[in-house]
Formats: sequence, structure tokens, C-alpha cells
Amino acid sequence: MSGVTVVRAGALTTLQDLGRAGYAHLGVPRSGALDLPAHRLANRLVGNAEGAATLETTVSGCTLRAARPLLAAVTGAACAVRVDGRPAAWGAPVRVPGGALLEVGAAAVGLRSYVAVAGGFAVEPVLGSRATDLLSGLGPAPLADGDELPVGAGRGAAAAVDVLPYASAGGELVLPFLPGPREDWFEPGAPAALVTGEYAVSPASNRIGLRTDGPALRRAAGREGELPSEPMVPGAVQVPPDGRPVVFLADHPTTGGYPVIGVVPEESLPAAAQSAPGTRIRFVALRSGRPEL
Amino acid sequence: MGRGAVLVETEDGERAQALHAELLRRRAAGEFAQVREIVPAARTVLVAGLDDPKGFAAAVSAWEVPPVAEAGGEAREVPVRFDGPDVEEVAALWSVPAAELPDIVTGTDFRVAFCGFAPGFAYLTGLPPQLHVPRRPTPRTAVPAGSLGLAGPYAGMYPRSSPGGWQLIGTTDAPLWDPARDPAALLTPGTRVRFTRATA
Repeated sequence: MSGVTVVRAGALTTLQDLGRAGYAHLGVPRSGALDLPAHRLANRLVGNAEGAATLETTVSGCTLRAARPLLAAVTGAACAVRVDGRPAAWGAPVRVPGGALLEVGAAAVGLRSYVAVAGGFAVEPVLGSRATDLLSGLGPAPLADGDELPVGAGRGAAAAVDVLPYASAGGELVLPFLPGPREDWFEPGAPAALVTGEYAVSPASNRIGLRTDGPALRRAAGREGELPSEPMVPGAVQVPPDGRPVVFLADHPTTGGYPVIGVVPEESLPAAAQSAPGTRIRFVALRSGRPEL
Repeated sequence: MGRGAVLVETEDGERAQALHAELLRRRAAGEFAQVREIVPAARTVLVAGLDDPKGFAAAVSAWEVPPVAEAGGEAREVPVRFDGPDVEEVAALWSVPAAELPDIVTGTDFRVAFCGFAPGFAYLTGLPPQLHVPRRPTPRTAVPAGSLGLAGPYAGMYPRSSPGGWQLIGTTDAPLWDPARDPAALLTPGTRVRFTRATA
């Protein structure tokens, strides 16, 4: 079970996997990797099952020392990868000799890189997941310098990869949304204002939600207060009293009292998680997915 | 609510609880096995992971849902010491002597309406409207784990220390949250709850 030592934890590096779906009724957020396709890909590259725990870095990468020879892969935000100082491949299996340093550099494109090792990081699961949930504190604490992380036994063969296509974030973040369920809590023009308004990713964004800077969405007359608490979903575009929409990400609270003007489909959330503060956001209204009663 | 999920809105909290109980009965009977989450809240229930949300939404509005009182079940007893810092204030709001507050609370039938705020934090309904109290004007920065508080129509216990604005009337040693237990929450939605006086 010997694994790796954290030499440099970076700004915020957490263990992540597919999360804890199915416990929202107990007040437990889903959590899990914000960029799930990148997490899954990192695991596939080293021959792991998709649910194996990876490391999710934030902006500044991290550095690990391998206690024994390891097969690793770095995906997600593009970054320099080095093994004992020598350049190594991003987005491909990399052999790390026992005792060697694996350096995951600062994100050049995107925000969050994913580091998988063959066998997976074998910390104790909580409710079936090794994910760090920053809202409720479930799962392991964020990495700190000097931490030792156990690594399980590798099982599969490394994927033979020549080219890795990566949909890099362009100059803007496109967020489609299905209107509702509470668009009637806003002025009639609010969904249109969301579509036409100049919004940008706020530096206050985190694993709980993508916060936005831009014009405030106005409530309808007589709808100034809070709703009785209602369940929230990933991608819910919740509008707090300041009128600036927040797009809920993996560590979002399970219930909330501010109205949700629309919901961004989950396949669009990885791009949201990789968009740096200041990135222009384009909200696009999809035809209402609301069932007609 | 987005793709594959339906937020069912009911007229009041009791109907939301009744609908939640009905959904659990139907899931236990093998209906909609693909459903990922059934999450009740104050007046709504979320059903997520549906293959056919439109069909479900049309069907659910036609259901005959029995009122929640008929869905019985054993009450879970939770021992409480009535030693909270807001006992005097709550008793004053209730216009009763502070010494009578424990009898009122232990004499009330509560039910878990929903969980939220933190893992294992249960919102308990059952207090009659005249016993509803407002939140404290200024939240406390740290409410100790196990505190029993009141706010609006709800009573609730903090599974771990956190900031909070509820009026604190007592403390419990009951293990409200234990991830090693199944279910991890002591009080799951739909559970009936009776408070008892803890023997010190």
C-alpha cells in the first residue's frame, strides 16, 4: 500500500472520484471530480476503473514523490509534467521510478488537472466515495505538504495512446440552460436578460458553485423573500439576493431557499469547472424541459 | 428541473411529506428502479434520474396520496437535556414559565420533513403554529454539536458544530451522524421523533 508523499500540495488539491450520488435526502452533496471526463480519462490511461480516486489540482498543480515505481497520468487542465525534472507527457501514461518526483505544473489552459496512478489513491472511503466534499467536510481533508497517500495495487494495463484529443476551453464559456423551475420569481424579461447580459466567471467561484459577475437579475414584484427550502441539483442556476447567478457544481448544498431560474445540463459543467476567473460566459436558453401538465 | 429530474410542488409541507412517503413505497415496490435520488424539502419533492420525466410528471399529479398521519411507524426517541442558552427567550415567546418548556417539547409528536444544511441535519415538523419562533437576529458563529434548536416551523439538531441562527433549547448525545452506519443519519425523512428528558 505504500504510495506517494505530497511534496508540494499546491493551492488546493483534493482527492476526487465519481462522488456520493444517492444520499442527497440525508443532506449529503454529490461531490466528486468537477471535470468528470478528465477524471475518467486519467484513470483509463493507467488502467484503473473509472471510480478510482484521482487528485484534482487547482491552478498551481502539485508535486508528489513516489515510494515505489508507479504508472501515472495527468489530464484536465493542460500543464507541464516532469519526472525528476525531465519533461514527461501530459495526457498519457508516464512511468515514475521509485523515489522519483512527479511534478504537475501550473495550469496553462483550464484550472483543474487530474492525476491518476495505477491502483488508485487508496484512502478510506466515506459513504462509498473517497471524494473530498468542501461544503460538508466529508472525505479526506485537502492535501497538505508532507501527507502520505496510500496507492492500491495496479490491475489493468496502461492504455496505448498516441494522440489525446482535448476540447480546450475557448475564449468564452457557453452554458446552455433549461429554464425553470422558478423563472416566475423573476421579472418577465429575466431569462432573456441572462442570455443577453455580459457575464463573466467570478474569482469567488469554487467547488460549490461557479459565481458570476454581471448585471443583476431582478425579482418579480412581490417575490423578494426566500422560497421554502427546496432540493437543488448540479447545474442549478440559483440567484441569490444580489441578483448574480450561481451555477451549482459538485459540492453544492442539497437544498436551498433562493430561486433557480434554470438548470445547466451536467455535460456542460466540466467546461464551467475549467474556466478561469474573468472568462466571458454566454448563457443559451434551451427549449423548456419542463413537463407540460 | 433540468433534464431527467422533476420537482413536484405540493400545497403544503404535510402533502410534501405524504408524497415523499408514497414515492418511497412505490420505489420499494419496484417502480422506477432507475431513479437516482428522491429528495424531499419544505413543500417540494425532487425525483432525479427519470427516463421519462414528462410521463412521470403527468402520472404523479393523478396519484391518490394518503395523508401522512396514516403512514405510522415507530417513533424514534431522542434524549435531550433542556439546557440551551435560549430556553428563557423561547419560553417567553411561548408565554409559558421556562420550567414548562421541556414538557411541551417532550409532549409533541415530531416528524422528519427533510434533511439539509449539513449531512444528517433533520428538519422536524410538529410544533403548532403558535409555538413557531423566529431565528435569532444575529446567528451564532459556532453552535455546539448536538444542540437542539427551533426556527420557524422547524426543530433541528446540529450533527456537528457550525454557525447557526436557531434558538437553542437543549442538547442531545444521540449519534445524529455516523458515516459507518447505514443509514448514516439517525433521523431520515419520514421518521417520527419523540424527545425525552435525558437522565443526567
